[in-house]
Amino acid sequence: MTTASDSATVEDTVENDEEHEHISDWGYVKVALLLAVITALEVFTYFESVVDWGKALVPALLVMMVIKFGVVVAYFMHLKFDSQVFTRVFVAGLLFAIGVYLAMIMAFGFHPWEIFQE
Amino acid sequence: MEHGDEHHRSTPLSHEKLAMWAFLGSECLLFGGLISTYMLYKNKLPEGTAISPGELFDIPFTSVTTFVLLMSSLTMVLSVSSITRGDLRRNRVWLLTTALLGAVFIGGQVYEFTAFYNEGAGFTTNLWSSAFFTLTGFHGVHVSIGIVMLMSLFIGNLTGRITKASAEKVEIIGLYWHFVDIVWIVIFTIVYLFPQ
Amino acid sequence: MAIVEDTPRELTTGQPAVAERPLGVLTRPTSTEGWKSWLTTVDHKRIGILYGAAAIFFFVVGGIEALLIRLQLARPGATVLGADLYNQVFTMHGVTMIFLVAMPLGAAFANYLIPLQIGTRDVAFPRLNAFSFWCFLAGAIFINTSWFLGGAPDGGWFAYAPNTGVLFSPSNGMDFFAIGLQITGIASLLSAINLIVTVVNLRAPGMTWFRMPVFTWMMLVVQVLLLFAIPVITLALFLLMFDRLWGANFFNVEAGADPLLWEHLFWIFGHPEVYILILPAFGAVSEIIPVFSRKPIFGYKFMIFSGIAIGFMGWGVWAHHMFASGIGPISVAAFSVSTMFIAVPTGVKILNWMATMWGGRLRFTTPMLFAVGLVSMFTIGGLSGVTHSVAPADTQQTDTYYIVAHFHYVVFGGVILGLFGGMYFWWPKVFGYALDDRAGKWNFWLMLIGFNVTFGPMHLLGLQGMSRRIQTYSSGQGFDLWNMVATIGSFMIALSVLVFVGNILQSYRTRNRRPPVGPDPWDGRSLEWATASPTPVHNFDYVPVVESLDDFWHRKWGEDEDGNIVRLATAEQIAQTGERRDVHLPSPSYWPLVVAIGLPIIGYGLIFNYWLCMVGGAIVLGGVYAWIMEPTDDPDAAHGPDGHDDHHDGDGDGNGATTDESEAEELEAPVG
Repeated sequence: MTTASDSATVEDTVENDEEHEHISDWGYVKVALLLAVITALEVFTYFESVVDWGKALVPALLVMMVIKFGVVVAYFMHLKFDSQVFTRVFVAGLLFAIGVYLAMIMAFGFHPWEIFQE
Repeated sequence: MEHGDEHHRSTPLSHEKLAMWAFLGSECLLFGGLISTYMLYKNKLPEGTAISPGELFDIPFTSVTTFVLLMSSLTMVLSVSSITRGDLRRNRVWLLTTALLGAVFIGGQVYEFTAFYNEGAGFTTNLWSSAFFTLTGFHGVHVSIGIVMLMSLFIGNLTGRITKASAEKVEIIGLYWHFVDIVWIVIFTIVYLFPQ
Repeated sequence: MAIVEDTPRELTTGQPAVAERPLGVLTRPTSTEGWKSWLTTVDHKRIGILYGAAAIFFFVVGGIEALLIRLQLARPGATVLGADLYNQVFTMHGVTMIFLVAMPLGAAFANYLIPLQIGTRDVAFPRLNAFSFWCFLAGAIFINTSWFLGGAPDGGWFAYAPNTGVLFSPSNGMDFFAIGLQITGIASLLSAINLIVTVVNLRAPGMTWFRMPVFTWMMLVVQVLLLFAIPVITLALFLLMFDRLWGANFFNVEAGADPLLWEHLFWIFGHPEVYILILPAFGAVSEIIPVFSRKPIFGYKFMIFSGIAIGFMGWGVWAHHMFASGIGPISVAAFSVSTMFIAVPTGVKILNWMATMWGGRLRFTTPMLFAVGLVSMFTIGGLSGVTHSVAPADTQQTDTYYIVAHFHYVVFGGVILGLFGGMYFWWPKVFGYALDDRAGKWNFWLMLIGFNVTFGPMHLLGLQGMSRRIQTYSSGQGFDLWNMVATIGSFMIALSVLVFVGNILQSYRTRNRRPPVGPDPWDGRSLEWATASPTPVHNFDYVPVVESLDDFWHRKWGEDEDGNIVRLATAEQIAQTGERRDVHLPSPSYWPLVVAIGLPIIGYGLIFNYWLCMVGGAIVLGGVYAWIMEPTDDPDAAHGPDGHDDHHDGDGDGNGATTDESEAEELEAPVG
């Protein structure tokens, strides 16, 4: 029986979600302000007269998208303060989706590095 | 055999919250596929197609509805935070505000769809239009289901079924609502803002 | 969705609950006996039995379809089935065997055994579990009614679009396929979420991850695969449905659509699906072999991690189904290599089973025979699978009977043999009497020989160039002999299934004349043997405490100073008797069945008349709200004489409120 020794590690993986650092309402408003500012920046890229992003346009849009995505998930959805198990379940789905569909799109002849060359 | 505690749980996690997170993980694969299909077909639109997304999109208008949906995420967390404190009155206000903002977003989407249709881009017109209406339509259906759930919570609050003890229910519906919002964050960038 | 009552669920006073009835009209059914109680049951064991019974029924249906195919192909130029009907029959054979037999049979074992093996009283969401079954059955019946409503699906179980578009498949068959599989998909997705939460949250004290039986582990991997694979097929089916019903352009090549889109989406789902089918059988065999070898499973952790590796790598090999479709040399090379790699964890499993048997005290009972049958037959199928991974060879094999031979060796030789073994193994636990061993051996040998006589020659036919899916062939191509042999083999398989059904009937009839099976007829190792047979409704009188892997075995057997195995106790001495009567269980419910009935009505509506959609939608919506608002528990139910409410597992229903919201949107989201 090789397994008796494993018992300790496993229960540990379940984080104690006691450490609920609750953000204040004002904290949420600040997060929303940050999101609003990024959204405004995103929309400004549409008006090319303001700033000419050139080749950096698509990468910049993607970075802003990822930041907004991450901020909503981490703060509004509490994932930063909640159990690791939730993070794992959700991120597993997210990574499977990104990996599988990126591979599919590449099989159709789309190359991710091309977005830096437009 | 010795007896364990009848109420034993192997983790301190809530069943319902874990179920919701698993469901959202699963939803990633659904929307991921819709978005990839959209990207694939946008680039495969035959040369010389009369209807092109670049001409149809009204970015300033969509930016406003995007902003509305983003702010509904703020009001959603505020409603969760108020019910956690036991403030039922504020919870009611924020739930209703969130649902209204969601309804404004859906209204904007209906307007946009109608406008596109009037300009000649229907569901069956071409590859792009089928993919566009399917992707944004799926998202819109998710938002609408969210609105129904929020209104049910609101009515529950009015009739006294939603109390401080049910804060987790509000939080779980909130998770769904925020997920719908982050899907829109991705759609807004990839569908609307990427160079057409 | 949150109109819920908040009745206190734990009574500190010891008084019976005085639950409010929120709407007055909603009460929960109380009967636990008679056929009606099966319609409202939320007991994971009964739901497991229902899944199993439905799967065996559809196994017979799909088997009859297979016999029709074999009759048509027995001789050149036969006219048993016309070309159109042949297409429908082989399509429905595949759809039935995969979605309506192998998947629910796996679900039957998962539902019945997971809560027992992890030492709990029910799944996390009992009503959702009932809904999953009814939803599966509704979808299964829906697809099969297409036979009477204008023709069954005729585009193959893989339904390659654009071949399945309205142009090439004008009957409503493919609509039934697309909508029916969405309904069964909801069932699989909800069941997966339910069982994942169950395994994470409801393991007994001491049941750490690496003390869980291999079966439970494999089932957990299957549920994770379902969780992430079902949305992909749901998406693909939606696109197909939109094309067929409302003229969308996803597979309209004329408008520039890419015909490979369907193939990619389908196989992104389809390859994990292959492991969804086989891993339950691997899990069952991993329980059977150690018991009948009287040895612990060899390399427990290797078994677990190879199962996880199979589940993970299963996502990176899908395009090996598309080598001949023109996906380009880089894709072909990449998927060829990843496919070769996935043979490694599978090989680990085969070797571990053999090492478990090595030096063991083997008892060749019927379940053991089936298990060994899986190990050997699956190896043949696995090896022919490796030949497909070599892309140049695969381009020769694609669409020939060699492929048909391969996937029947893994699916029949793997899934069916493994789960038949599982049925013989767990039958005493489920029903309280054993299936007859002598008839079981007849069943096994007939099935094994019939299987090899049927599918072995297909390797030859394929290499000789006989195409799959053809309705007939002309004589003089060298196909005549082996086709006749295969047809004879298929009737041997049919005979073996008859023996199985006869064995069930005969064993049931003579159950009282034979000695009782007791809690532990096979000298088992995992927790399900530590309670009475048939399993009492509350599973365990007291929540077991687990101290090691194979805990139950180590309570029965120990080692003396010289390292000899000595008996510490008999199973009868330590197993729970199941006689406790005061365990409070979740109340049955009408609403899972009601909601499930609404879904196929929406489906018929989409095909025939949109007004029916309104009816179906109203049933679903009303059912969901009634589900949410029904009392958390039957207020009149007898509580324990000690006034102690055992809500250990009842959270799905006992605390029904929150459950229901998440259920509600899970219900609605996939349906749109």
